Amino acid sequence: MLEVREIQTFYGGSQILFGMNFAVHAGEMVSLLGRNGMGKTTTVRSIMGLTPARAGAVYLDGIDITRAPPFRIAQSGVSLAPEDRQVFPTLTVRENLVATAARNHHGAAHDAWTIDRVMELFPILRHRQNHLGSQLSGGEQQMVAIGRALMTNPRLLILDEATEGLAPLVRREIWRCLNCLKESGLSILIIDKSVEVLMRIADRHYIVEKGRVVWSGGSHELAAHPEVLREYLGV
Amino acid sequence: MDPLLIFIQGLNGLQLGVMLFLMAAGLTLVFGVMNLINLAHGSLYMMGAYLAATVQQRTGSFLLAVLLAIPLTTMLGMLVEVTALRRLYKRDHLDQVLATFALILFFNELVRIVWGPQAYFMAVPELFSGYFSILPGVSYPIFRLVIIGVGLAVALLLYLIVSRTRLGMLIRAGATNREMVGALGVNIQLLYTVVFGLGAALAGLAGIMAGPILSVEVGMGESIIILTFVVIVIGGIGSIRGALIASMLVGLADTFGRVLLPPALASMVIYVLMAGVLCWRPQGLFPAYG
Repeated sequence: MLEVREIQTFYGGSQILFGMNFAVHAGEMVSLLGRNGMGKTTTVRSIMGLTPARAGAVYLDGIDITRAPPFRIAQSGVSLAPEDRQVFPTLTVRENLVATAARNHHGAAHDAWTIDRVMELFPILRHRQNHLGSQLSGGEQQMVAIGRALMTNPRLLILDEATEGLAPLVRREIWRCLNCLKESGLSILIIDKSVEVLMRIADRHYIVEKGRVVWSGGSHELAAHPEVLREYLGV
Repeated sequence: MDPLLIFIQGLNGLQLGVMLFLMAAGLTLVFGVMNLINLAHGSLYMMGAYLAATVQQRTGSFLLAVLLAIPLTTMLGMLVEVTALRRLYKRDHLDQVLATFALILFFNELVRIVWGPQAYFMAVPELFSGYFSILPGVSYPIFRLVIIGVGLAVALLLYLIVSRTRLGMLIRAGATNREMVGALGVNIQLLYTVVFGLGAALAGLAGIMAGPILSVEVGMGESIIILTFVVIVIGGIGSIRGALIASMLVGLADTFGRVLLPPALASMVIYVLMAGVLCWRPQGLFPAYG
């Protein structure tokens, strides 16, 4: 579904990605692991077209989207729950969900996402519908960010630090929902620090170090190589 | 002071206020959403007035003038956005001021070439000519009442658009985080063009309604644009509600200042008002985006 091939990305003069390489297949949940500052978020920005790669290419179902504008990439079925959540602060929860909702994506096996389905997934939001984005707790904001991404009916959902800075109970709730989404057949690319949970629910993992992939494999392989985790993640 | 005079001047202030609101609504949206300082907003007001004056002279119909001048001004605004202003969003405010000041000169010269240097006068449409007696013995020009009515109706419509529609949500969302709006599948460039067109339509409408009460002349945009900037700064940049309240405040303060104070002081009233509001609330009365 998504193929990232040898991309090199720069912020101004400084190079961040040095030939990132990985793929997400249909229905898979794939994680990007690595310490802070290794280029995971930059990778996401390059996929979304927010900071396009200068070399290499990003393919979505075989179509080159490397230099497509972000809105086109989103319209072709990629949706992002970004780092720091970035919920629209002056919009209510309901408006956050509705404002950018879209149904134009083909190939979604399940029914289209609606406000009601998002509320079923995150029941807390039902009581917060008319609160402004700025009035929500971190966990609620994260739920809105995920719900907002789902309302565009993506084929590939990208989650950047979906559980960072959240209380343990809220984290568990988010993980439960992500597991549901995975079970529904949605392809997911996830960046997170919770390696143990990811090893349970994600299919494959890529470890990122200084702008390139240094290790990749399934959860069992990762579990069998604790030295990899020690070396690259310090856990 | 005679209460009757206060009442009449209150209506005058209100009428100036709604004209300012029509200008300020577009300017504050463009400033708030696109972070663009558009000095040439007054030029769209002038173009609206000239286009309407021309249509009215040719056809004798004010209604036709309104129906043609508003879409033409909207299209002109969108054309300016696509060809020139789009390149300025990423520049700093000084560049924007310089470039849009150049647009003012361009449009003033264009008007001189096409319409000549003399002022035009639009006739008050027959339907709205004459006076309406508000109280026994007190009459007020009907056309000015119409301006107040149209202005308030547009304010209500705008409020509904911004607070209740998807377009309004995207305008508010784009004002705080345009990148995210784009990453969720919205064509921001198109959104900006639409917002700019909306602002141009309102400026055109203000120009058309100003036609019959002021003279249609080169430079008419500059005299209103300064007041308009005062309004959006007082109201809080990007806030439609702030623009409405502040335009009423400025309209009333300016009108009563001219009645009650000696001329030298009267022209300072709104600036004193602005300074006072900014001392009290540096972000304006209704800061739209924290």
